[in-house]
Amino acid sequence: MPVKVMIPTPLRVYAGKRDSAEFTATTVGEALGGLTNEFADLRKHLFTEDGKLRSFVNVYVNDEDIRYLAKESTPTKDGDVVSIVPSIAGGSTGTLACAA
Amino acid sequence: MARENILLLRKDAEAQIRAHGAEAYPHECCGALLGKDDPAAGLVGDRPVREVWSLYPLVNRRDDSPRNRFAVTSADVIDAEKAAHAAGLDVVGWYHSHPDHPARPSEFDREHAWPWYSYIIVSVQNGKPAEMTSWRLNDDRAGYQAEAIQLHPTAEDVKQLRTQVDRTRAAG
Repeated sequence: MPVKVMIPTPLRVYAGKRDSAEFTATTVGEALGGLTNEFADLRKHLFTEDGKLRSFVNVYVNDEDIRYLAKESTPTKDGDVVSIVPSIAGGSTGTLACAA
Repeated sequence: MARENILLLRKDAEAQIRAHGAEAYPHECCGALLGKDDPAAGLVGDRPVREVWSLYPLVNRRDDSPRNRFAVTSADVIDAEKAAHAAGLDVVGWYHSHPDHPARPSEFDREHAWPWYSYIIVSVQNGKPAEMTSWRLNDDRAGYQAEAIQLHPTAEDVKQLRTQVDRTRAAG
C-alpha cells in the first residue's frame, strides 16, 4: 500500500533533490522508516539520537497533525500523503535559558 | 576545504531586516528569506551562490520569552512557502535578530536548525541594528559554516545607474 511522503525543501539535498517518495507502510512510523532507510543522511535531521522525532519536525497525514492522532503509530492507507513540515526556532542565548 | 557559500542579498531586503530588528527590539524579530538557490549553477565562478530577492516578515510566536527566543510555526512556514511560490521563488532561509547579543548562532540556534537553509542573524545593540551574518548548518549538525553576504543592487539602483550612464554618454 504505497504512501506518499512529502520531503521538505531543506532535506531534498539528501534525497536526490526529490520532493516526494512512495513507500509501502501501514503506519506513519513505517513510512518515515522507509524514507530514512532509502535516504540515510536524512535521519539525523528528523530524529534525535534516541530515535524520537525532533521537536521542530511536524508530520501530517493528509493535513492532520499526527500529534493529535496516534503520533507515529497513526495508521496509513493506500494513497495517503504524509507531509514533513518544518517549524523554525532559535534565539540569542544558549540552552540554559530555554529550560522554561 | 569546503568552498564558502555566497549569499547575494538585495540591498532593500538587507535594509528591511535591519529595520525589522530595530522595530522589534528588545524582542527578537524573524522572517523568511525568499529567493533562488544557485540559479546560475556552474555558470558563474566555482562558488555556490544563493540569491535572496525578498522577505516574508513573520510574527515571533515566542510570547513567553521573546527577548532571547523566536519561533515560526509550521503554518507560518507553509504561508511563507505559498508566498514564495506565488512569486516564482523558494524559501531559501530565515532571518532573526539577536537583541544585545552578537550576530553568532547560539547553541540553541544550532540545536533547532535545519540543514540547507541560510540563517541570517542581525545583532541589534541598544535598539540599533549592527553586524549581520549568515550561516548554514553542517550536514553532521555539529556546527555551522559561515556564508559570505554580498549586497545586490535593487531595481531602483540599476535604474539610477542607467540614467547616470545615459547622462554621461549624452554629455560626452
